[in-house]
Amino acid sequence: MLYNEPSPLEVKVLTRRFGLPGGPTLATYLATDGFAGFRKALQLKPEEIIEQVKISNLRGRGGAGFPMGLKWGFVPRGSDRPRYIVANADEGEPGTCKDRLLMEHDPHQLLEGMLIAARAVDARAGYIYVRGEYRYIIEILDRAIEECRAAGYLGRDILGSGFDFEVYTHSGAGSYECGEESALLESLEGKRGVPRIRPPFPAVAGLYRCPTVLNNVESYSAVPAILRDGGAAFAALGTPRDGGTRLFCVSGHVNRPGVYELPVGFNLLRLLNEVAGGIRGGRKLKAVVPGGSSCPVLKASECDLSLDFDTLAKAGSMLGSAGVIVIDEDTCMARVAARVIRFYAHESCGWCIPCREGTAWLAKLLLRLHEGGGRRGDLDLAVEIARNMLGRTFCPLGDAAAMPTIAFLEKFRDEFEAHLDGGQCLFEKQPAGVEA
Amino acid sequence: MTFSPELEARLAKLLASYPAGQERSALVPMLLYAQDEVGRITPELVAEVARRLRLQPAQVEEVASYYSMLRQRAAGKHHIQICTNISCLLMGGGELFEHACRCLGIGNKEVTADGKFSIEEVECLGACSWAPALQVNYDYHHGVTPEKFDQLLEVLRQAE
Repeated sequence: MLYNEPSPLEVKVLTRRFGLPGGPTLATYLATDGFAGFRKALQLKPEEIIEQVKISNLRGRGGAGFPMGLKWGFVPRGSDRPRYIVANADEGEPGTCKDRLLMEHDPHQLLEGMLIAARAVDARAGYIYVRGEYRYIIEILDRAIEECRAAGYLGRDILGSGFDFEVYTHSGAGSYECGEESALLESLEGKRGVPRIRPPFPAVAGLYRCPTVLNNVESYSAVPAILRDGGAAFAALGTPRDGGTRLFCVSGHVNRPGVYELPVGFNLLRLLNEVAGGIRGGRKLKAVVPGGSSCPVLKASECDLSLDFDTLAKAGSMLGSAGVIVIDEDTCMARVAARVIRFYAHESCGWCIPCREGTAWLAKLLLRLHEGGGRRGDLDLAVEIARNMLGRTFCPLGDAAAMPTIAFLEKFRDEFEAHLDGGQCLFEKQPAGVEA
Repeated sequence: MTFSPELEARLAKLLASYPAGQERSALVPMLLYAQDEVGRITPELVAEVARRLRLQPAQVEEVASYYSMLRQRAAGKHHIQICTNISCLLMGGGELFEHACRCLGIGNKEVTADGKFSIEEVECLGACSWAPALQVNYDYHHGVTPEKFDQLLEVLRQAE
């Protein structure tokens, strides 16, 4: 079942099999060019596979936007250590709900993407690290893996090529931090999900300290199309430095929230108005968090821009995991900011002090402020605490908490100030909830 | 400590997923799958998992205490997990959470006296475009208004 109606403006590459009659079976997959990318890869040398991925200009869909081909190229050649393929399916960035759909509606596409990656770096085993809440997804993936093994698309001597590759699912158990690549590897090794100090990066010393290719589900899911149609065709869909399509997860105050596959570089206002049906209830747009809760908020006046990594960075925010969170004029930004920082305080792994202490104090300050107990110096103090976290933590969670907090405080300072000196929240009487 | 044949089969498959000598990798999923059957992370379960993976109980506890889905106290038979993070908050997730607490007469992470229901305010469930969302055990429910919540509760009660 699809959770939202598709839009006629979508460009379906990764989602083209969503909702096909027959459901996400191997038969459906094979009838729609399934494993055509892998068959192409079998005729290529490993470095030629990586070259196609480089040409595709695909930048990591988990949020960091690192070029995938470059990442694969970092795996040392000729090492006698085993190499591993790991898919990050620990989708947990607030505002993001796309990997779940890719695994639910086209699990074989992910498996083929991992298989092609395995061929490129000569790996024999792969793991899909799935967040614990996605239990039904693990069941779907396990069925797809069994189907592929039975039909010779996974396991020993795949399609008579002499190449062996196995894929396994691995369940997390509730931890946002495990979406960070090195914490994910720790968790996959049966430990607390705290980050590792890098370098070495996973490409050199990842799972069991062996060379590891680690990418997001959406990144791997693009690989079959990249090999099948060529990297250049995928690149041409996007912008010159950011290729292909992305699954934009539109949530919040729009008429048609949903996940839509659109070319990288699609205009944000068009996404809101033409794809997602505009702001609901005839209200005005106040702000957009463009790439998941870690990304600094944009005011309505800043939203006429191209959705690609570089443009968002220039605008002082990030495209992140393409979780586009839309906020209307009746929403209290102090309430939103307090909830967001409470999340980071909860999820900070506690390993390094600026993040552990910073997130906790920011949450205390902003919750107190929204409840009406704020003091005059609190806003400046919060910005100062957040600035002191930037760049001073082992992993990006510290920045992910500090950056949006600074943006909320600086861009909507008047709304925070209205809560001071016994002032009432301007919006409390109109909770921005589900309309009756 | 004995597990059901289904759980044993699942754990056997899990242990076969990792390279020889890396059995510790099974720890987190093993605890979660076992908790599904046992109800919570009991000292006996910690000892059993430690024995199977050749770890010290303290090593198992150290890991178990890190993950939010692994719990020391039992949840209700129907564990209602309501997301109030940003996308759900914007769509009424906070009000939904308060409504659910009022309906069941319990607070966050509490269990009803009959042990049937428990409520937990959780972080993002990955259902942002279909907010507000909740999970009952592992089942997703999307676009949950207070009215839809009442209907859901009625269905769960009648299934008893």
